[in-house]
Amino acid sequence: MLLATSNLSCHYGRIQALRDIDITVNEGELVALVGANGAGKTTLLRTISGIEPASGGSVQFDGNDITMASSDNRVKMGIVQVPEGRQIFGPMSVEDNLMLGGYTRTPAERTETLEQAYEMFPVLKMRRTSPAGTLSGGQQQMLAMSRALMARPRLLLLDEPSMGLAPLLVDEIFATVKKLRESGTTIFLVEQNAYMALAIADRGYVLEAGGIVLADTGPTLLANDKVKEAYLGI
Amino acid sequence: MFAEFLQFLFSGITVGAIYALVGLGFAIIYNASHVINFAQGEFVMLGGMNTVFFISVGMPMPVAMLLAVVVTIFIGLALEKFAIEPARDASIVTLIIITIGASIFLRGAAQVIWGRNFHSLKPISGNDPVMIGGAAVLPQSLWVLGCTIVIVIALMFFFNRTLVGKAIVASAHNPLAARLVGINPRFIMLLSFGLSAMLGGIAGILIAPISLAYPGVGIMLGLKGFCAAILGGLGNPMGAIIAGLIVGISEAVTAGYISSAYKDAVAFIIILGVLFFKPSGLFGVRGTERV
Repeated sequence: MLLATSNLSCHYGRIQALRDIDITVNEGELVALVGANGAGKTTLLRTISGIEPASGGSVQFDGNDITMASSDNRVKMGIVQVPEGRQIFGPMSVEDNLMLGGYTRTPAERTETLEQAYEMFPVLKMRRTSPAGTLSGGQQQMLAMSRALMARPRLLLLDEPSMGLAPLLVDEIFATVKKLRESGTTIFLVEQNAYMALAIADRGYVLEAGGIVLADTGPTLLANDKVKEAYLGI
Repeated sequence: MFAEFLQFLFSGITVGAIYALVGLGFAIIYNASHVINFAQGEFVMLGGMNTVFFISVGMPMPVAMLLAVVVTIFIGLALEKFAIEPARDASIVTLIIITIGASIFLRGAAQVIWGRNFHSLKPISGNDPVMIGGAAVLPQSLWVLGCTIVIVIALMFFFNRTLVGKAIVASAHNPLAARLVGINPRFIMLLSFGLSAMLGGIAGILIAPISLAYPGVGIMLGLKGFCAAILGGLGNPMGAIIAGLIVGISEAVTAGYISSAYKDAVAFIIILGVLFFKPSGLFGVRGTERV
């Protein structure tokens, strides 16, 4: 088990955003988390990344309790997140964005991973001196993902990678996610686009009002009547 | 006529360069935390006073200056570590009030340790003025200018070419994304305070032969540096430098052509003007508060 949360809760002031979350992600798996707007998907990722403190329960990574670890230490351990809305450093160059992605790595590792990122997304190499804010939406998503890969994640957290992108680009992003999984990266994918997420996932969780209501394999969840009704619009 | 103007210009640029350094200090801390550090002027005071102190105990001038900068940096780091960091979950206004408290504390401590006297510091290379275009320029002015230029270039290199410098810039642009790539925000804060204290300390040493060193010297220099920071657009380092020179030159020209009694008023008229007509400053891009 690479990641496991047990009874994890999170509060914003007096409002409980997450309650008793138990999820696991195994090494090499692609696990999807689907749910409506406001269900707490982003909060869960932020709690796993150490941005929001947990108000109860624990987070285990690779057998260690990391509930109290700082966000930067979690990145060093290999928990790396691609945040919702990409959150690139707009005025800085594409290459600077990538180099900062490797902030926790050694200079040699940074140079090596940078080459791999450019190989994977040649367009980023072409635009490497441009301010990141001038890239198109799809390119910015690729940059955000490459920036996360620069940290050499053992667990990649993806928050709504398809948000705000044209359908053609959505396909491209999902193809990239699949490719990453095939190359051995463990991925925890959060999506509103439940159909596409569950279709490529090994396992999935359904989050509703801050709690997990369903957990099963990707295909089983896709066939589940409740999921179909609530998230797939069928 | 022209020589006279040149004379005012040179003295304006000299003091303006000091305001620029102080303003840069404000900009760096503001970028890292949105805090306006009102103890910035006290860093300037500490630079000058410590140099005077170390020379008085018999150290050679260069050693005394270096030590004074180091001590000022440590005080800046301590301010962040022991006053700002414990309150980091508090609102920005609370943090700003803490810095005001810190400035009063530092000023008081300086009075207790060194007394209320004015101290003079020998200029780095004598008092014989150099004649440039009919204006007499003190060698210390050239030191002020030269050092400021070197510092600005070094800072540009630091922020644009080193990963740690870029991490500071990135944290200012997008604190969340900075944390998600593994940048420790507390380290960035600490670094910013250290850097600002260093700038203040150096400015204090450079200006001491001109303005004298005494516990209250930082009040006016700090406020005028603050004026430079907001005129240049809060958080814009280049703006702070240019605005520092503008404030310095306006002050010198006012003192020369109108009356030196109005010298200090100029900076505050500029602050009022900025707040009334262009709150984002000359070079500020954001008209509204980032949330």
